[in-house]
Amino acid sequence: MILLTHIQFFLASIGRSTLELLASIGRVAIFAGVTVGHIVRPPFYAKELGQQLLRIGYFSLPVVGLTALFTGGALALQIFAGGSRFNAESVVPQIVAIGITRELGPVLGGLMVAGRVASSIAAEIGTMRVTEQIDALTTLSTNPMKYLVVPRVVAATIALPVLVLIGDIIGIMGGYLVGVARLDFNSATYLQNTADFLQSGDVTSGLIKAAVFGFILSLMGCYNGYNSGRGAQGVGQATTNAVVAASVLILASNYLLTELLFPA
Amino acid sequence: MSDIPKISLRGVHKSFGSKHVLAGVDLDIPAGESMVIIGGSGTGKSVLLKCILGIMKPDAGEILIDGMPAGKDRDAFLARFGMLFQGGALFDSLPVWRNVAFRLLHEGKSKAEAREVAIEKLRRVGLKAEVADLFPAELSGGMQKRVGLARAIAAKPEIIFFDEPTTGLDPIMSGVINELIREIVVEMGATAMTITHDMSSVRAIADKVAMIHDGKVQWTGPIGAIETSGDPYMDQFLHGRAEGPIEAVR
Repeated sequence: MILLTHIQFFLASIGRSTLELLASIGRVAIFAGVTVGHIVRPPFYAKELGQQLLRIGYFSLPVVGLTALFTGGALALQIFAGGSRFNAESVVPQIVAIGITRELGPVLGGLMVAGRVASSIAAEIGTMRVTEQIDALTTLSTNPMKYLVVPRVVAATIALPVLVLIGDIIGIMGGYLVGVARLDFNSATYLQNTADFLQSGDVTSGLIKAAVFGFILSLMGCYNGYNSGRGAQGVGQATTNAVVAASVLILASNYLLTELLFPA
Repeated sequence: MSDIPKISLRGVHKSFGSKHVLAGVDLDIPAGESMVIIGGSGTGKSVLLKCILGIMKPDAGEILIDGMPAGKDRDAFLARFGMLFQGGALFDSLPVWRNVAFRLLHEGKSKAEAREVAIEKLRRVGLKAEVADLFPAELSGGMQKRVGLARAIAAKPEIIFFDEPTTGLDPIMSGVINELIREIVVEMGATAMTITHDMSSVRAIADKVAMIHDGKVQWTGPIGAIETSGDPYMDQFLHGRAEGPIEAVR
């Protein structure tokens, strides 16, 4: 009898968690749908969009640049060490280029920006929720989705591909610097090999991924902030949830996008 | 004066899960009157304001403004209201003058014109023009309330809501804010609805008082009648007694 109760309790808890998960997915999907609906309908807040482009795009440049630089350098060292096992050290420029543009540039760039931006969006909008600033916007005839959410989501979706493109260049530079300074590659040959090997599809696929990651991370920041619980604890929880959800979704969608863009 | 009340609430219900916050609120507020709604914390006073503004949707009941339900044009509907929020709810990212002129700027008024109106409204609430370029975080609690008040009246609304206008202020500043609210409401001829549990606010601001408890209006009457209402809820609240029909959580 007791065993049966335990099993029932266990199954009920699984059921509850599953229902809660599905409800959350539904809520996020509705939030995303409403956001996209507002993107295409006026009024548009160009000034807010400009400010967000500056905050999300321009001010993330150092983070993305440094991440790309060190990743490119480390990648060159690893490929050289791995390649030397079967006398293929010469592939360093090509593999660094493809690794950075297709995968590491967008994914690491996305994750770094998620840490920096999704958290700050969630904290800002969460605080606005807790201090009734969102209600105040509504009473002043301003739709908070249009005024707060749309500029952030559009700015991140535009800024991420630009950031990743710059990150790609810096990442390849990182590989080049290590290749030439540490691994005795000829400078001109390294650059020539990179340029000859790289195809436009390698870069554009990374930029498409970056746009999707930008949308995801800003949406997660906005969603969690907008639905923040009460008090400092509520805002703290919203910030954590935003970063965790954005990071996991970036990694999951990266796999799906890779399947779509480069089917086996 | 027309017989149709400015704000009319009929059987307004609102629940959160199993908690019935509003359980059939009926209330009329005539045009140009200042109604103060009192009641303990968590009795649904703020929810009532949010239902009238459409920030929350009531589960049942009717809310009429000038005898009409809120139309589809939300912007036009909300343009008739001004609201002073409990904590001020000033936008941290904007300087004071942009906070005050927020609606005007979004209605397309020029920057210079909107700034001029903002400074005039700031003067009206007793703040100097220099405050206009400060950010809300640089102001004291009392100054933030004044800025909130200036924002609430900037677009000359017909109806003004005050949500706990004196919470967090010292008694002297509370008196100043109460006086300002009274003056401004009379001067503008606006209909005012204030929610508070501060009896000094009630005495300074109200023409009429409504007492909310258990999600319903328990008593309503003119300010002069609160001492002699004979209503056990009103009496307990007025004299701050622990014993009575309102259960105190100890």
